[in-house]
Amino acid sequence: MENKRRLFTLITPPSVFLLFFFMVPLVIMALYAFKSSSFGPLFPLSLNAFNNFFSNPAYFVLLINSSQLALLTAVLSIVLAFPVSYYLVFYTGSRRVMLLTLLILPAWISYLLRVLAWKVILGSEGLLNQLLLATGLIQDGAPILLYSQAAVLITLVYVWIPFAALPIFAAMERIDPRLHEAAADLGASPSVTFWRVTAPLTMPGVASAFFFVFIPTLGEWVTPTLVGGVSGIMYGNLIQDQFGRALNWPLGALMSMVLLVLVGVFSYVFNRFIPITEVPVSS
Amino acid sequence: MRQTGKWVGLGYYLLLLLFLQLPILLLIVFSFNDSVLLVFPLKGFTLQWYRELLQATELINAAKNSLIIGLVSSVVATVLGSAAAIAIARYNFPGRAFFLNIATLPLVIPYVVLAVALLLMFQALNVELSLWTIMIGHTIINMPYVMLIVAARLSGFANNLEEAAMDLGATYWGTLMRVTLPISMPALVAAFLSSFTMSFDEFSLAFFLAGTQNTLPVYLYSQLRFPSRLPLAVTTAAVVIMVSVVILLFSEWLRRIGTGRVPKS
Repeated sequence: MENKRRLFTLITPPSVFLLFFFMVPLVIMALYAFKSSSFGPLFPLSLNAFNNFFSNPAYFVLLINSSQLALLTAVLSIVLAFPVSYYLVFYTGSRRVMLLTLLILPAWISYLLRVLAWKVILGSEGLLNQLLLATGLIQDGAPILLYSQAAVLITLVYVWIPFAALPIFAAMERIDPRLHEAAADLGASPSVTFWRVTAPLTMPGVASAFFFVFIPTLGEWVTPTLVGGVSGIMYGNLIQDQFGRALNWPLGALMSMVLLVLVGVFSYVFNRFIPITEVPVSS
Repeated sequence: MRQTGKWVGLGYYLLLLLFLQLPILLLIVFSFNDSVLLVFPLKGFTLQWYRELLQATELINAAKNSLIIGLVSSVVATVLGSAAAIAIARYNFPGRAFFLNIATLPLVIPYVVLAVALLLMFQALNVELSLWTIMIGHTIINMPYVMLIVAARLSGFANNLEEAAMDLGATYWGTLMRVTLPISMPALVAAFLSSFTMSFDEFSLAFFLAGTQNTLPVYLYSQLRFPSRLPLAVTTAAVVIMVSVVILLFSEWLRRIGTGRVPKS
């Protein structure tokens, strides 16, 4: 009884906050998708936004396109982060945390500023173009990368490498070194040890890296706006547009719902295989 | 074999380090460059942009707003997140799994979706957008981080210290204040600092939920369209970077204490 009251006191404030500022807004967003116009009353419900959305294949194409880009971003970030985590964990001894901290320092710097840095690098007067001009690889000064999907990809991979490295590093660090010794004692070659011991044990880290890069990238709109230009826009830009220039809130709400459902299905399936958030009770 | 691996690994580490740090260094270098254009070769050393920064009232105002939002939302997120952490780390109750799922959901929602949802709710309730609406958004995204950091700390030691305190006559809330929270202090501070940096840098929610008052990232974003204002934006970036690095090193140090085990003695 006593215990129940304590638990109630602890859990009520965060629950109420989550209810009012997280669950309720999501429900309201779902209702908004049925409104006939941005302003005005909710009733009568209308399927305008649905008709608009489902009769326009361009929206779907962009959603698929953005999913592919998010997938590519996640895979590339992991491919680049994996070897460095491996090196740090298995080759650098006690200095590894210091070296990792140094490597992922940029992750703590404002996202917008890191994107700005790439805008500067990829621009027509930017570092990359100057370098290519100086080496004679290109002749004119047109930016070869800025305002393209490639620019968005490069910038996003840059932004996400540190976040991919962290969980992979953590997973590798948890591997008991005695397992490697045991494998070697039993006659496994280094490559067999890697594929049969290290890789499987690192998988949860790789999976959570994938998860935490893929999802935010899917809703990305700032990076495409800054470095992607017209050809580099993503699904997130569509949503943002409905609340800016296009001013079509019901459609924007529906587009957000679609993204939410997509992310929800993905998270659910993903979580079945690899539980991301597990907290043990220690009492 | 292992020697080769070591050198290849080191080479790769240094390359990646360069790739990750160079763009940041570039911003810092350009903040001292005596030219409006952000191009090489550098034109000479100047503190002009830093002087202009001190006079840019709009920018300073935006920074002040970010500071206020960061502080308030981090305090609220730390209090609420810690309460949730104690509940899930110390109690096994029906609905625990459900609560954990809901409470960690903000981790996996694209910010643009959350921003849209909150915007629509505030609009439906005729709530005027202000610094408060941004604070609410930032509190929601920070709560799960606080909860997981603090819960990890609490799971790190059994609750026998708390039991001992209560056996010796302390009340439950007295124990919480004088045993549980002090033990969690490094985690609490780390959670607070990471919430603060997150809020200070966050753009998407702030962009959707800002009223007439801007935050620093929203202000910066509005400046990026004008090439002549880029140097000032870059200089702001340089200042923010240097401040972030100091905060980060401090919180990283705390986190390492925080996740370490409590001495047995």
